[in-house]
Amino acid sequence: MPGKTRQHITRNEALLFELSSPGKRGYQLPDLDVPAVDAASALGPGNTRQEIEDFPEVSEVEVIRHFTRLSTWNYGIDLGLFPLGSCTMKYNPRVNEQVARTEGLLWAHPYQPEALAQGALEVIARLEAALAEITGMDAVTLEPAAGAQGELTGVLLIRALLESRGNPRKKIIIPDSAHGTNPATAAMAGYSVENVKSNGHGMIDVDALAALVNQETAALMVTNPNTLGIFEQDVVRITGLMHSRGALVYMDGANMNALVGIARPGDAGIDAMHLNLHKTFSTPHGGGGPGSGAVAVKKHLDPFLPYPRLKCVQDHWTFDYDRPRSIGKVRAFCGNFGVLVRALAYILAHGGPGLRQATLDAVLNANYVRKGLEPYYELEYPSPSMHECVFSDSRQAKRGVRTMDIAKRLIDYGFHPYTVAFPLIVHGALMIEPTETESKQELDLFIQAMAGIAKEIEQNPEFVLKAPHCTRTSRVDEVAAARKPVVRWTRQPAAGKAD
Amino acid sequence: MYPENYRYTKEHEWVSVEGDVGTMGITFHAQKELGDIVYVDLPKAGATLEQGKPLGSVESVKAVSDIYAPVSGVVVEVNESLARSPEKLNEDPHGAAWLVKIRLSDSSQVNQLMPAAEYQSYIGE
Repeated sequence: MPGKTRQHITRNEALLFELSSPGKRGYQLPDLDVPAVDAASALGPGNTRQEIEDFPEVSEVEVIRHFTRLSTWNYGIDLGLFPLGSCTMKYNPRVNEQVARTEGLLWAHPYQPEALAQGALEVIARLEAALAEITGMDAVTLEPAAGAQGELTGVLLIRALLESRGNPRKKIIIPDSAHGTNPATAAMAGYSVENVKSNGHGMIDVDALAALVNQETAALMVTNPNTLGIFEQDVVRITGLMHSRGALVYMDGANMNALVGIARPGDAGIDAMHLNLHKTFSTPHGGGGPGSGAVAVKKHLDPFLPYPRLKCVQDHWTFDYDRPRSIGKVRAFCGNFGVLVRALAYILAHGGPGLRQATLDAVLNANYVRKGLEPYYELEYPSPSMHECVFSDSRQAKRGVRTMDIAKRLIDYGFHPYTVAFPLIVHGALMIEPTETESKQELDLFIQAMAGIAKEIEQNPEFVLKAPHCTRTSRVDEVAAARKPVVRWTRQPAAGKAD
Repeated sequence: MYPENYRYTKEHEWVSVEGDVGTMGITFHAQKELGDIVYVDLPKAGATLEQGKPLGSVESVKAVSDIYAPVSGVVVEVNESLARSPEKLNEDPHGAAWLVKIRLSDSSQVNQLMPAAEYQSYIGE
């Protein structure tokens, strides 16, 4: 008798634990040709375990199929538009990959003698120089492995400088339109955080800022363009104000994709900043990494940079460990070297004019999307958009549909959602960053999808509230998952079967 | 909705004082804006609180938000039941889901806080 009809396996993947059959093996080893040794007597009974409970027993082909099927559930920039605001999900050109697989770079070892690693060291030196030129800063460290670590490094540098002047000060001011990691960075570096509100244009209120800055203020952390995608037009006034009171200015460069080749933070008086090479300079950042949070600083912060620093002595690249004022290392070796190679490949393939064009295209695309969606979604701040635009769900909320519901429905249209409910200063935010990668055709598809959802909400809000409808699993209960998390699989005894 | 005998902060906490002990929590408006609350982080009994400084945080599916002390004092009791059932904060924020009880160090601070009517017009209700 045929059993009950079930979904095809490509639609409903079991866990590897559930695919297990007792005794199955994924390998075959030849018979021992030496006397067998009892592990427990050789290592001591405390150092061996008899069995691993419920360890999956599966064949090689089952493992391969399991993970290959799962990989087809994924969504990436190689499948389509990935408008996740503030994340700069641009295409990662394949030439980067080819360069990163150059034999001498791919197999370079951190303990290779300097004389045999001159090419790899030159990659680092040239990337540092390129990023210094792009940002208008004096020196760059490539050690930090991610944006948040770059921020922490930058703020520790500021602390070190202020300590050397006799007083590290107590607080860091952060605008309400800054990246969410900034307050965590300040706290990790031992500072208390003070917020400064945005004005009606979505920019820092300079008068409110001036009222906050005093002898206790170590620095301002500014994201520019900010999380509303708006350029802080008063940035020069702001850096002047901070400097006049003995404080420094840190810039979160996560949104640098709006500035490369157009404006240099160093020229605006920024003292230290980080770049997310995995965003602006097109290295893969799906799955959380690896990343690179390169930190660029002005001269006065240079002595404190993580050691070692590269220097050129008689046409030879060498590491300088003699950096007595350095804050120390923040990561082993030279950071995520493979990411650095890709970023340099991207910069050299584009050249100056190409990088500038990419920025212009990124801003154009964001404004094209903004214009296309303005009839359907509420734009809270009409100030000009840079590389991303932020709408609110206020019109849709009247029909009971919120930004999360719209994002879920967008999945049905084949797109990765935008950034949901961030920044917090826009109630029910839809934060959209298309990047320069996308063609007009792809952007039109996206705009049509978003416009279509807006119309669906007018006609049948219930339908959108139950989205997604075309995915393998329907909406998960995020509240139950957070309140009663099940983080470990346990075997459920099958009904009517012996265990 | 908002008890007349409570006082309210601009950060959406309430406090109700009996003798020299104030019971505090977050307002109905706060839990509504936060959405489904999944975790509550509270100080331990004996902790010293300063008015306007964070005393803990609540985590909803949307965000983690600081809770600020409405008054200065020392924590005398913590609502331990919230660790197991944070959803109480959505169900009964002005009652069973109180957060901490504080022995006030300066009872005049309560008078600086908003009465119910003023809080309701502050949140536009």
